[in-house]
Amino acid sequence: MADLKRTGLYQLHLDLGAKMVPFAGYEMPVQYPMGVLKEHLHTRAAAGLFDVSHMGQILLSPRSGRLEDAALALERLVPVDVAGLGEGRQRYALFTDEAGGILDDLMVANRGDHLFVVVNAACKEADFAHLKAGLPDCDLGMVSDRALLALQGPRAEAALARLVPDVVDLRFMDVAIRQWDSAELWISRSGYTGEDGFEISVPDRFAEAFARRLLAMEEVAPVGLGARDSLRLEAGMCLYGHDIDTTTSPVEADLVWAIQKARRAGGARAGGFPGAPRILRELAEGAARRRVGLRPEGRAPMREGTEIYAAPEGGAAIGRVTSGGYGPSIEAPMAMAYLPADLAEGATVWGDVRGRRLPATIAPMPFQPTSYKR
Amino acid sequence: MKYTEDHEWLQAEGDLVTVGITDHASEQLGDVVFVELPETGRTVSAGDEICVIESVKAASDIRAPLDGEIVEVNQEIADNPGLVNEDPTGRAWFFKMRLADPAKLDGLMDAAAYKDLIG
Repeated sequence: MADLKRTGLYQLHLDLGAKMVPFAGYEMPVQYPMGVLKEHLHTRAAAGLFDVSHMGQILLSPRSGRLEDAALALERLVPVDVAGLGEGRQRYALFTDEAGGILDDLMVANRGDHLFVVVNAACKEADFAHLKAGLPDCDLGMVSDRALLALQGPRAEAALARLVPDVVDLRFMDVAIRQWDSAELWISRSGYTGEDGFEISVPDRFAEAFARRLLAMEEVAPVGLGARDSLRLEAGMCLYGHDIDTTTSPVEADLVWAIQKARRAGGARAGGFPGAPRILRELAEGAARRRVGLRPEGRAPMREGTEIYAAPEGGAAIGRVTSGGYGPSIEAPMAMAYLPADLAEGATVWGDVRGRRLPATIAPMPFQPTSYKR
Repeated sequence: MKYTEDHEWLQAEGDLVTVGITDHASEQLGDVVFVELPETGRTVSAGDEICVIESVKAASDIRAPLDGEIVEVNQEIADNPGLVNEDPTGRAWFFKMRLADPAKLDGLMDAAAYKDLIG
């Protein structure tokens, strides 16, 4: 696999028997010998360890020394209340474009005198350039000497607490810096599975030892990108480039919860982000289409690209599946699709699976209940 | 046992053959979550896509290995698709077909040739 980058845990993946695939310019583990299904179920039952070091970790420091200056500058790029984010807290955000589409989704954390941002691997160079252009009064650093691990599942806290005892004090979406050995860990209580868990930024030279310590614990198993995808889909979370992109607005994507009151009409800092006219209008009036969950009847999955129809025969497609597959925990197929907003939950639509229209019900998400520690 | 390049195995008794997928194919597919079987009584030609297997990763087709008629399908794998990973060359057979020309079996690979194919 020429020209592909490797994370600091590449050798560990090989030692664990991973099947490696190209993903966002990296050679990444799609599964380990346990297999996607069991890795998924293990994460929901105990704890899964994921290498997500391909993601972009970016530091934003205001030259003025006042965090508010960085927060307000970042607010010019995202429809999110960053200035109101408390120290030691993290929240979900979106980079929007002038047309109101989504350039990327990200996590932003307030770390006292600077912001810490985690972005998608495939977008990280573009995001960095976007930030650099948009935040001229901040010093920006792309972190290049740290791995990023996710430890997810109901036993994640007990496992991590053996190495870093006071992580039990963190609540969902808290961030903190903790020591392990002589390494500084950047820990957030968050993830991409719908489970309680942590994302842990570890200096490269400690990453493999840290991962091996976790993997030596009875409840921790390595989990690849395959199960990461089925876990996040059961949790109703978007995958950038599939469920959201520059052709979808935050309102269409049903991400209005990510736009806090301060940035909406009548809010303290209403608008002032790219695409605000469209996004504020859609917040007030609704969008014509909306991302919804689908539960196909029967067992056949409706994969990405499946065309959706309003009737079992005839008519033009009314939308298409953006992510779809089998949910190991719900033991049924599941999908996300963009459909006309007037279709209510519980309505039946039909997906074209290999030339046959099969029924599916518009269903609430998440498909699998989340279990965050709030 | 005979094998095809599509990683199917065939066990013949006269002009009746039982068809399934090989251990190698089962491993490559990953966890199977859905199987769609052909209708019994259907006349098929070699190469026709007659079954669909969905794993957690993707959908794949199973082709008719030779010309003939589908005489029986294994409902057990439709009800329990995971069986295709557990016992692909035993209980997880897919269908039985009556061959139009049993002599065509001789053109398929034997175990040694199949082993060479998958390396």
